[in-house]
Amino acid sequence: MGFVYGVAAMGLTLIWGVMSVINLAHGPVIALGMFGSYLLFTLLGVNPYLALAPVAVFGLLLGFVIYGVAVHRVINAPHLSSLLATFAVNMIIIGLGTAIFSTSPQNIDYSLGSFEVGFLTIPFTRLLATAGAVLFTAALYLFLYFTRPGKAVRAVANNRRAAELMGIPSSLVLAFSFGLGTMLAAVAGGLIATFFPFTILSGGPYELKSFVICVLGGLGNPLGALLGGLILGALEGVVPAFMPVSWVPVVEFGLFVLVLLVKPSGLMGAK
Amino acid sequence: MKFWRQPGFWLPLVLIFLWGGAVLVLRQDTIRETAFTVLMFMALASSLNILLGYTGYVSFGHIVFFGLGGYTGFYLLSEQGWPLYLAAVGGGALSALIALLVGLAVLRLRGAYFALATIGINEAARAFVSNFGPFGGATGMFVNFSAYEKYGGAGPALWTTFTFLWITTLVVLVVSYLVKHSRFGLGLQAIREDEDAAMVMGVPAPRAKTITYVISAFFPGIIGTLYFFKNGNVEPGDAFQLHMSIEMLVMVMLGGMGTVLGPVVGATAYQGLRGYLLTSPIFKELHLAVAGLILLLIILFVPAGAVGWVRGRIPALRRVLE
Repeated sequence: MGFVYGVAAMGLTLIWGVMSVINLAHGPVIALGMFGSYLLFTLLGVNPYLALAPVAVFGLLLGFVIYGVAVHRVINAPHLSSLLATFAVNMIIIGLGTAIFSTSPQNIDYSLGSFEVGFLTIPFTRLLATAGAVLFTAALYLFLYFTRPGKAVRAVANNRRAAELMGIPSSLVLAFSFGLGTMLAAVAGGLIATFFPFTILSGGPYELKSFVICVLGGLGNPLGALLGGLILGALEGVVPAFMPVSWVPVVEFGLFVLVLLVKPSGLMGAK
Repeated sequence: MKFWRQPGFWLPLVLIFLWGGAVLVLRQDTIRETAFTVLMFMALASSLNILLGYTGYVSFGHIVFFGLGGYTGFYLLSEQGWPLYLAAVGGGALSALIALLVGLAVLRLRGAYFALATIGINEAARAFVSNFGPFGGATGMFVNFSAYEKYGGAGPALWTTFTFLWITTLVVLVVSYLVKHSRFGLGLQAIREDEDAAMVMGVPAPRAKTITYVISAFFPGIIGTLYFFKNGNVEPGDAFQLHMSIEMLVMVMLGGMGTVLGPVVGATAYQGLRGYLLTSPIFKELHLAVAGLILLLIILFVPAGAVGWVRGRIPALRRVLE
């Protein structure tokens, strides 16, 4: 689970790191990713893992659209504006989604069986989801550090004005990073859909978890996000051993507030 | 004190006074319910505005004070048999106390970090209350019916609650105006424009922010108690809705942040709009999407909100619309 959380959180952290915008439309995009794979699987019979590719492309395009419509005008305005603009997008997606899909739970009925390691039973879907998450992380890392567009993204994140002076079209790069962020969200949604039932509203809890993860790992740091995701996944596994399951959110959000207070730059924050 | 003569001070007060009075005279249950909801959001949005509008700190989880205060007040009222007004003030006092403790720590954060922390606090509080025995855990609490009897049965008790809410709303507006026009409020607005510069100029920023946070947490606590007393039950899902928190922000934005009248206008407009969208046959399915679209258009093109826009366009009205 931790790896999949990590992918969702990486999208959020990338958007934050590049343009200092907290994307409140992250949850609905995760949910859209779930529905993307669901529709491809039930209507066209596409394997849910192959379906990730069109879902990713769709996420990228959706990100361009959201950026162009909602974010571009308020990117230099105070935080409240961009928060509320992305929240408006959130409302629009959820409103449309509720009208189209209703809020009844859906499920991708797809199982690969499971195998046993000692006393643990691990379903193959989870293993593949982990592999997919690692793959996407590696791809993102390679992209950001070893390609020209990736370098442009990092340059804009570092200093937008300087990057513009060097001839980097910053608006385009910003739109592209936003697209990348939503793409990661959609992919995470597609992965989650293979093992949990979902509704159009299910993105919300993952969005909140993504916030926690981003802060744990340091806002704007993709590798930190993956680490944070692993920590959160581990917490969800370990905490129930000591106290009732319903206390898990108390621990998670308590930790979240604590990290914000003690070390707002996160565990991997470099300062 | 000169402010008694200012139209910006008494205009919203007179409007709400007359409206609430009219509802009390008419004595119709449906009108009261509508007025209750709108008044509640006016008061909530105004108290959020004291923090958001004057200091510029975005509290995304402001509803936590509504929930915690509501829970406390409800507990005092139903389990301990306190009278309603005392329980409401008790709920408010607890909210204020928690705001003081939390604020001392959290207000050191700025901008988006603060906004994120408030979301975290809300979620932590929701999860905590869901597991907290005396507050009934995940199922919440139901009102002890003997609590209604003091007010002559359930029906009259609702009217009493409405009257309390009406008075609370008026008080919130007075406080909002006083804060804005005091030396203290000027300090807050300096913090909003540039916190570091304000501190250099001698504004005691940490203390001023904490006091503001406490003020803006006190009223939601009172309102929470009244609301849950009216409903007759309280449960974690209702008390800590992040959604409602954001609706409050939308109302403040809609009306114009940093103005006294803005949240009043915003709450009325938003509730009116939502009522229309929910009942109209065309938009019924899409009401959330349409509301989102309208919000987006306002943020992109009228960031100052309705009152701010009018003030900007018609200078003569600046003295009237505060």
